[in-house]
Amino acid sequence: MTYAYDERVDGPLANHDKASIVRDLQALLPDLQLLHDKEDLRPFECDGLSAYRITPMLVALPGTVDEVRTLLAYASEHRVPVVARGAGTGLSGGALPLEKGILLVMARFNRILEVDAEAGIARVQPGVRNLAISQAAAPHGLYYAPDPSSQIACSIGGNVAENAGGVHCLKYGLTVHNLLKVDVVTIEGERVTLGSEALDSPGFDLLALITGSEGMLGVVVEVTVKLLTKPQSAKVLLASFDDVERAGDAVAQIIAAGVIPGGLEMMDNLAIRAAEDFIHAGYPVDAEALLLCEVDGVESDVHEDCERVEALLRAAGATDIRLAANEAERQRFWAGRKNAFPAVGRISPDYYCMDGTIPRRELSRVLRGIAALSQEFGLRVANVFHAGDGNMHPLILFDANAPGETERAEAIGARILELCVEVGGSITGEHGVGREKINQMCAQFNADELTFFHAVKAAFDPAGLLNPGKNVPTLHRCAEFGAMHVHHGALPFPELERF
Amino acid sequence: MRRDSMSIDDSARLVEEVQDAIARKEPLFIRGASSKAFLGRPVAATREIDTRSHRGIVSYDPSELVITARAGTPLAELNAVLADANQMLPCELPTYGGQATVGGAVASGLAGPRRPWSGSVRDFVLGCRVVTGEGKHLRFGGQVMKNVAGFDVSRVMSGSFGCLGVVTEVSLKVLPKPRASASLVIAMQASDAMEELLAWRRAALPLSGACFIDGALHVRLEGGAGSVRAAVDRIGGDALDVRFWDDLRDQRLAFFHDPRPLWRLSLPNAAPLVELPGAVLLDWAGAQRWLKSDASEADIRAIATAAGGHATRFTPRGDGEPFHPLPAPLMHLHRQLKTRLDPHGIFNPGRMYADY
Repeated sequence: MTYAYDERVDGPLANHDKASIVRDLQALLPDLQLLHDKEDLRPFECDGLSAYRITPMLVALPGTVDEVRTLLAYASEHRVPVVARGAGTGLSGGALPLEKGILLVMARFNRILEVDAEAGIARVQPGVRNLAISQAAAPHGLYYAPDPSSQIACSIGGNVAENAGGVHCLKYGLTVHNLLKVDVVTIEGERVTLGSEALDSPGFDLLALITGSEGMLGVVVEVTVKLLTKPQSAKVLLASFDDVERAGDAVAQIIAAGVIPGGLEMMDNLAIRAAEDFIHAGYPVDAEALLLCEVDGVESDVHEDCERVEALLRAAGATDIRLAANEAERQRFWAGRKNAFPAVGRISPDYYCMDGTIPRRELSRVLRGIAALSQEFGLRVANVFHAGDGNMHPLILFDANAPGETERAEAIGARILELCVEVGGSITGEHGVGREKINQMCAQFNADELTFFHAVKAAFDPAGLLNPGKNVPTLHRCAEFGAMHVHHGALPFPELERF
Repeated sequence: MRRDSMSIDDSARLVEEVQDAIARKEPLFIRGASSKAFLGRPVAATREIDTRSHRGIVSYDPSELVITARAGTPLAELNAVLADANQMLPCELPTYGGQATVGGAVASGLAGPRRPWSGSVRDFVLGCRVVTGEGKHLRFGGQVMKNVAGFDVSRVMSGSFGCLGVVTEVSLKVLPKPRASASLVIAMQASDAMEELLAWRRAALPLSGACFIDGALHVRLEGGAGSVRAAVDRIGGDALDVRFWDDLRDQRLAFFHDPRPLWRLSLPNAAPLVELPGAVLLDWAGAQRWLKSDASEADIRAIATAAGGHATRFTPRGDGEPFHPLPAPLMHLHRQLKTRLDPHGIFNPGRMYADY
């Protein structure tokens, strides 16, 4: 159980008598929905990273902001850790519960409070699903841009906590670029508004800081998002390549030519074959790589950009280029990509999804590195890549029932992330650190940088009660993890003894 | 094209100066070209740290859409390098006569006329290096578009006016210059202009500038040739000299010569056209309103607050606050963050608020 909170390296947590906490909370908040029987807790033991499972001490499902405030003030006073959870679709174990903590489930905050078409904003509660916002805005010709692939189920509060992305980030940005205002409750139980409906706000940009903070600085209780006008037209080109490197070069050339596609995705042969087998999208199963390039906007510009992209793809050596003839074919092209994960799930008993980002120019070097690691560890790796923004999703194929394969999958995953850091990238582009990548943080940041993160944390939550053990590792963990990486030319943590 | 730009890594000196200031407990006034010295409160510091010697483009690969520059690099130099590759920083940072530095531009977070459509300065910040309150030279974020490892420290540095550390290097996302552009001026009433702008937004016209002044709406359209041509046909009006946008960005239009104090009101998108006590210029399609007024600070703040926004005084004055007051719980968080990240209180003390 390497993923469980380990007080020895993650820091001590206070011991509590569960029964007395339940009694206290029932007395303080008679209407608060509390779960504390073992069977009731089971559904909450994991998030989207289902390999990691911990039964929480108890689960609270508040229905009002006042309940959240009172509960957090109580937790602060009695030093009880709190893990906030939205829809539980996160892929990095960010909402993994603590045995000694309260799991604060925000799912009941599911109301869209306001859609103001004139101002182009929507004000919603944190439990509202990502897609539900776009659906509510659709009658006005508007939509909410960030579209993580879990958008049917994931909640906007979780999107804020993770700074969720999607396939349209290069052009439309991440969650942080599409928020106007977020209300949070601090660990002291204080409600604070960060940002405003204006385009900027006085003081530090705490809205940017809270976005992607993985529930460690406050609990999101209301979100105001920007809505965009739906593009008039969207066209998608599918290009085949007999060489992955050539496909990577084509991406660089499209961008250097001044085209910013709405979506630009790459898949390697293993991913292509898995997707085609599953979806029958019409993918070229013999191609070494395919590119999906979507251009959106005003009709005449889209037409112009499409012609330009097609010429660039041809010059870059594409063996076949197809323009989706109609909306149905466009949807089919995308369906293959969007179902790449489950498609890979069909050809392997288990798969492990990575989320590193790299500068695009390093693509071929990283792909070669991944191929070499795949050989070394004896596990297949399928590559799906948000090529426009440098976000890779290598899918490691393994069988959890085969002895040692899970460990091998985790080991190759760690090596892939370290490779991403080595070429100037990051261990996570959109899935978050959570519990999953806590050790790899030691490879990306040195002791002083991690100490700085802890200072940020302490400014909001000095006792470390909000989601402890996630996102930022302790220096002790890093020393124990023994990340003997050369970081910025120096051995990390020289000041700590190694054990 | 060869440029005679200097590239000098002077970070060791900046780190030393901060460490020395910590050791001597001497607060620092951080400056670049001082082009925005008028903005903010007087800093209670005995010594100055000048970033201009730490300059130059560290890396720039147009196909990656990222440029990394040292803090002391003149914005004009950065813009010229980008222009050579037909790219730009979309948020149109004010250059204030060409001297403004990259570090100062990020620290102030001021953006130009394209901001409502392009995003803000911090939206383009991907990473930075900072000399911290403990005298360490650290790196946050990076040169990739997507990066959610750890807290987003680099974006918080944007708009923090040097109160959280000395930013020494910044990586910024850049974009291709639009293929086509047109600027138009159309005589109309302000209220009609606001209605037109709403209709144009709904029709997805490629707006990238919208300013109302002197009984006329000034608009800029940017995009593909087809969409810009179609929008020009729809909007009509007369051609506008494109230098208008640079003058607006740097607050050089005749409007800004009015001797009364200058205020900036930042209001929600759809805020109604409230009566303001003085001369008014609407930028950002009405979301940024410049006000030349002798009215009291309290009156101007009350109007901005009632409209759901805030007001900043751009004309320095001995008394009164430049920045809008923060609600108590929010100010508490600001103080906490300042105390944790600048424990010796050496970075620009008092520049934003008396409390820090």
